[in-house]
Amino acid sequence: MREIDLNIITENVREMILEAACELEAGILEKLKEAVKSEESPLGKSVLRNIESNAELASKKRIPMCQDTGMVVVFLEIGSEVIFRGDLEEAVNEGVRRAYTEGYLRKSVVRHPLERLNTRDNTPAIIHTRIVSGDSIKISLAPKGAGSENVSFVKILPPGEGEEGIKKTVVEAVLKAGGKPCPPIIVGVGIGGNLEKAALLAKEALLRDIDDEAEHPLDRKLERELLEEINKTGIGPMGFGGTVTALTVKVNSYPCHIASLPVAVNFQCHAARHRQRII
Amino acid sequence: MKKLNLPLSEQEILSLQSGDGVLLSGVIYTARDAAHKRILEDLDAGRTLPFPLTGSVIYYVGPTPAKPGEAIGSAGPTSSYRMDRQAMVLLELGARISIGKGDRSPEFKEKLKECRGLYLAAIGGAGALISQSIKSCELIAYPDLGPEAVHRLVVEDFPVIVAYDAWGGDIFESGRSRYRKG
Repeated sequence: MREIDLNIITENVREMILEAACELEAGILEKLKEAVKSEESPLGKSVLRNIESNAELASKKRIPMCQDTGMVVVFLEIGSEVIFRGDLEEAVNEGVRRAYTEGYLRKSVVRHPLERLNTRDNTPAIIHTRIVSGDSIKISLAPKGAGSENVSFVKILPPGEGEEGIKKTVVEAVLKAGGKPCPPIIVGVGIGGNLEKAALLAKEALLRDIDDEAEHPLDRKLERELLEEINKTGIGPMGFGGTVTALTVKVNSYPCHIASLPVAVNFQCHAARHRQRII
Repeated sequence: MKKLNLPLSEQEILSLQSGDGVLLSGVIYTARDAAHKRILEDLDAGRTLPFPLTGSVIYYVGPTPAKPGEAIGSAGPTSSYRMDRQAMVLLELGARISIGKGDRSPEFKEKLKECRGLYLAAIGGAGALISQSIKSCELIAYPDLGPEAVHRLVVEDFPVIVAYDAWGGDIFESGRSRYRKG
């Protein structure tokens, strides 16, 4: 067994949030540079260049790249040989609290969905835990803004609709979302599972490396074809028209019931803020 | 990019076209979801509003807190459609210009055209860059709303794109149909 001090968890969560808020991952910046070259619309090109300059300025001057510094989503993969003394969730929330108050990040969480009183320290985070084998803990963290989350959804299709049904659902959602989720977007698609599993798959898909492709050949095919179709919609950067609407599409799948074909779409804006660490 | 000083003249409002890039200088007011709710409550109760609506420019933004020595933190636009219902009331009362991001409801667009107003779009997710054009930020109403409170901003060369013009022009619609393939 290995004991991990909860202060280490708190400190890592704090650092990861502060890094994520101000520093766009190199892979995404690279994709944006490619997008500037391939975008056909002059206005779209200029928007993409501004997004690039924004990322550079945010990193240099330590200003959050986007004012919506999000609600924090944390995935914890905990090795079964790890022990903690105390409350793990509270340790994560303490990291959130410190990052948002010390780091001049926006507090965007309300205590009750109807009462809507701001918690003033951006807690609580949304925490997903999974027990895996081993003696380490993997923290995947994604502060997520509401612009892209607000147009995300789960729909359960009849299995007969198959690949075409999934593609139609995703492309229609992209068209309906238009400029709202801050394109160029990253589209996370979860297929299979059930209601909540599909949503989780879509969220986890967004946490994948920007350049990787799905393992399953059918998922991989969907990723390629969806990206092509989404970029034919004409929505373009910020919805002003153009040929780069999505930077990439990620599809994650899971077994499902004989009677259903769940599909979840989780949109991610270009300010994709993710961090991963193994402790 | 065209440089314009606020408040815009009638002629300037009417001459702008969807897709035009503009650099604004002058005073704008921040208000998003919760502040719009308060403004309408104040109106209903006959209370004085935080700022005069006529000729005003409303920016849908909830900035990050300013670091010491800075005027404001990251300050990009939020999605405008959430304010459509209230914005239609404000349009009738003379608040003809709003700044945000993303497409809005057909009802809002119609009302905007009827009132000869402008909907300007700033680049979503470019809050660091946009913050550089904000020279001062003063809290003027609803401090309990935190990031959603109303602030008076003085801006210099604040970059926007005319999304909907006063004549019904719509960059989202025209841009999309121009670049749609297949």
